[in-house]
Amino acid sequence: MKKIVALVLALAMSLSMLALAGAEDAITLKIAHIGPETGAAAVYGMATSRGAQIAADEINAAGGKYRVEIIDEDDTHDAEVAVNAYNDAMDKGAQMIVGTTTTTPCIAVGALAYEERVFMLTPSASSTAVTADKDNVYQVCFTDPAQGAASAEYIAEHQLATKVAVIYNNADAYSTGIYQTFVEKAPEVGLEVVSTTTFTDDTTDYTVQVNDAMNKGAELVFLPIYYTPASQILIKANEIGYKPMFFGVDGMDGILTIEGFDTSLAEGVLLLTPFSADAQDEKTVKFVSTYQELYNEVPNQFAADAYDGVYALVAAAEIAEVQEGEAAEAICDRIIAAMQQLEITGVTGTMTWSASGEVTKTPTAVIIENGAYVGFSK
Amino acid sequence: MIFLSNLVNGISLGSIYAVIALGYTMVYGIAKMLNFAHGDVIMVGAYVAFCAMQYWGLPPAAALLIAMAVCTVLGITIESLAYRPLRQAASLAVLITAIGMSYLLQNLALLIWGANPKSFPSSMIVLPTLSLFGGGLTISGVTLVAILANLLIMLVLTTFINRTKMGKAMRCVSEDRGAAELMGINVNRTISATFAIGSALAAIAGVLLCSAYPVLMPTTGSMPGIKAFTAAVFGGIGSIPGAMIGGILLGVIEILGKAYISTELGDAIVFAVLIIVLLFRPTGLLGRQVREKV
Repeated sequence: MKKIVALVLALAMSLSMLALAGAEDAITLKIAHIGPETGAAAVYGMATSRGAQIAADEINAAGGKYRVEIIDEDDTHDAEVAVNAYNDAMDKGAQMIVGTTTTTPCIAVGALAYEERVFMLTPSASSTAVTADKDNVYQVCFTDPAQGAASAEYIAEHQLATKVAVIYNNADAYSTGIYQTFVEKAPEVGLEVVSTTTFTDDTTDYTVQVNDAMNKGAELVFLPIYYTPASQILIKANEIGYKPMFFGVDGMDGILTIEGFDTSLAEGVLLLTPFSADAQDEKTVKFVSTYQELYNEVPNQFAADAYDGVYALVAAAEIAEVQEGEAAEAICDRIIAAMQQLEITGVTGTMTWSASGEVTKTPTAVIIENGAYVGFSK
Repeated sequence: MIFLSNLVNGISLGSIYAVIALGYTMVYGIAKMLNFAHGDVIMVGAYVAFCAMQYWGLPPAAALLIAMAVCTVLGITIESLAYRPLRQAASLAVLITAIGMSYLLQNLALLIWGANPKSFPSSMIVLPTLSLFGGGLTISGVTLVAILANLLIMLVLTTFINRTKMGKAMRCVSEDRGAAELMGINVNRTISATFAIGSALAAIAGVLLCSAYPVLMPTTGSMPGIKAFTAAVFGGIGSIPGAMIGGILLGVIEILGKAYISTELGDAIVFAVLIIVLLFRPTGLLGRQVREKV
């Protein structure tokens, strides 16, 4: 009996040594994740932290050229705390940053990282201010305004409509930003905007907006707005028997979660989103099932962006031939060059980057069918 | 036809404002105070009706009655806890308390029901949509119900105030609180009754508002509340027919302004009209000019 135990132990030891030897061959990349893991924005920071960790675990399990070590830092969605978190991560030897998750801290940390030459890839800070005038900050997510142009292109390319109405919230920077790039792009791709109406956060009645779209014969109504007013617009259109195609952006995500909302009204609504947890491709299925197993919830877009971010950083490190223990400032410029060559397919689509740090990815659309998102194809 | 359809939409929005304005004007006319929490009592009424139907599976009529009962109790509680102790205080203090009460209700609703919006079930109103001119003009069931409710509430309120003993007491309190007290009228009870009626009206208004515009959030009542207050001032605050006329006019102006001038300026137009009316008729359209005797 003792012999068997000894044998098993010996076997286990030699196996673990083998594993260790394998790990030692790989170059360790120290990637800092900075995001709000406590406080009001914790839901986003937790999502990016988990997404990044899942990507790191997968990369380590696959045993490639690089081993990823995530240095996890909490910035509480506060610019000052974020700068401290950044300094702490750099003290721990971080070589690159996947972060920060939210815009305000990202601008603060970005300024410092620009001075100290540390490469940053933010999963989800979508403002254009994040990348402005900084060559070392890149984004995984679409910028807010880019969604407008991408929507116009998508609608034209898939010949969904030629006469389009837009209803947007003119009291909201997000909605107005998307609207502006949409109307700039629309004539270029052959879309005619026949009706443009607005509302504000205080609007109760949407009949004028919906009637205007109907009377001007819009075949498609573009809704660059959040899902709460969108639900009102859908209800109103249904009341007056107006059945155009409705097209939303990422703010529309959530329309199916409104309690008591008749989701059959949202049937056929299209939304432009880089990530859909229900997509059936192999990568997404694997990511979603791992996430659900570990955290018992469906990953959102933030988690997906961070997951893709870590993969992108490792791929860029490979092109830049980052060596063991190289300092952040030593690799920054090489990573920047590598990012511009990189083309990578993740759970949020196939991505390339411009020198400004903005991502280009094929926008995909999902359509609501039987109360769930399914990939749209025409 | 498009104009007609806009007009109908305006009347439909206006009739909702009118129901809310009736509650404002009733409380103001008698207690001489602006109950800024009125809009939030509406929101509570709508939430209660929502819960009654969605969670407890009650029929719409029962849900409405429960909402009215809850709001009545809430109104009396608010009055006795927050406003009664300030009966002798300056009117500014009462006004600020009312605003505080409004935020308290909103935040309590946020705690109880959460920030996620809820969609109000459409089964509340049974009247079908009226379609005229071969579908060119549609009048929704909610609009018809709202207009009927307005007329009915107006009639009942006017009769109540002019014909009953409690109504007489209310008129006395409204005219001269001190003298009414000397005449043996229980002022506190009279004002409580006013709040009870006003809050029950708020429940009806909440259900109508959310049936017509079915998104329910803790802030649902605040903007319609302010618009309805404007409507009440527009029609002459304190006057019951004035509230109704003011409400409907305000709705029509809002919709026509948005449809023919600009959706961006919709609210600005509404409030500009209010200012103009008040410049020429400081007491509102149907308000009584009371001469101060020295």
